[in-house]
Amino acid sequence: MRRVDKGQKVRVGLTLNGRKMSAETEPRTLLSDFLRHSLGATGTHVGCEHGVCGCCTVQIDGAAVRSCLTLAMQAEGRDVKTVESLAGPDGKLNRLQQAFQNNHALQCGFCTPGILMSFTDFLTRNPKPTEEELREVLSGHICRCTGYAGIMAALKEAAGIS
Amino acid sequence: MKPRPFDYARPDTVDETVALLAEYGDEARILAGGQSLMAMMNLRLADPAMLIDIARIAELNHIRDLGEKIEVGAAVTQNKLLAWPDLKKKLPLLATALPFVGHFQTRNKGTVCGSIAHADPSSEIPLSLATLEGEVVLRGNRGDRVIAAKDFLLDMMTTAREGDEMIVAVRFPVHADRGVAFREVARRHGDFAMVAVAAFIEDKGHARLGIGGMAGTPIVRRIATNGIKDAVEKIVSELEGYEDLHASAELRRDILRNLAPVVIAEAQQCAA
Repeated sequence: MRRVDKGQKVRVGLTLNGRKMSAETEPRTLLSDFLRHSLGATGTHVGCEHGVCGCCTVQIDGAAVRSCLTLAMQAEGRDVKTVESLAGPDGKLNRLQQAFQNNHALQCGFCTPGILMSFTDFLTRNPKPTEEELREVLSGHICRCTGYAGIMAALKEAAGIS
Repeated sequence: MKPRPFDYARPDTVDETVALLAEYGDEARILAGGQSLMAMMNLRLADPAMLIDIARIAELNHIRDLGEKIEVGAAVTQNKLLAWPDLKKKLPLLATALPFVGHFQTRNKGTVCGSIAHADPSSEIPLSLATLEGEVVLRGNRGDRVIAAKDFLLDMMTTAREGDEMIVAVRFPVHADRGVAFREVARRHGDFAMVAVAAFIEDKGHARLGIGGMAGTPIVRRIATNGIKDAVEKIVSELEGYEDLHASAELRRDILRNLAPVVIAEAQQCAA
């Protein structure tokens, strides 16, 4: 059994975007804060901190989840992927990212990392989705500036729906 | 916001979990998917001294076909049940209701049993369990208890679980080939339902109507299908509904009045 008392510092290790990493933290640290403050991966954004806005969405073992509703302890030993994993080593955007650029699907970009991580999971599991299904998944994200029309256009392009 | 400090334990077995619960009692909370509990802790609405993380306990991550019932373990996520190949055939009501639970992203982590433990009166999973007359399996130091959904869900976020007990599984009665339907009215998809309605055709003359969002617990009533409108009106007049951020009591009654006959008709069509 893994057990850590509240005052205790604990070293939490996980695989972040293919690299094994670890840092000292405490049991109450959220994964979102652990990624940003302890591991320096600031691509993941933090919005509402109660699971509603979706901008902190990352993947744990391939499944898109809210990192603000996840403790760093819960991700211990797991494979975590964030938006930093998407582009190639040369900075070349992947298909989904490129579709966002093509369709002006981001303006301030605050919500974008979460949306990209959700759809990287969803489109892997459902390579031929309907527009309705894309909308349902997008409903788990809140965008306050770009507008959803551009985002839907990008998602449809990435999913090959004309 | 961030949660207050707490002790964290990640037991490997149910026995270890039960021992921790015996030690901490009401001061401990079980963490499975955390899609309600972590939000409540971030908002400081929940403040456990000990958080017991059961998500990795292998013996709780099962969907088991018991013949007349399907048992879902406490670590099974909502999306795992949604992807279970026999779901549409054996638990068609769940196949219809689960997509309304939160969002794709929260269903990836939120558990079936966790939603029942949380007992929000507008939640889809407790409503489905109550409508199907399913049961909850609890384990504590004194052994196992199996409780019918109606005796487990006592009031708004209040259940019959004792402080030293955990939910190990829930059991949904198999209802292959039954007419079922589910609908809810919410401001946006994934929001808390203002009113949710499940219908289940019992026989040619009777339907079971499950209603969420009108009282502290799901309400389940058996009604004759030859006088649906009057039966629904009678239920509406009995249930006051309640007012919160999302809707007034009057709006809830109005939604129920209009939604229930539609859902029953859908269930009848699906049975035919």
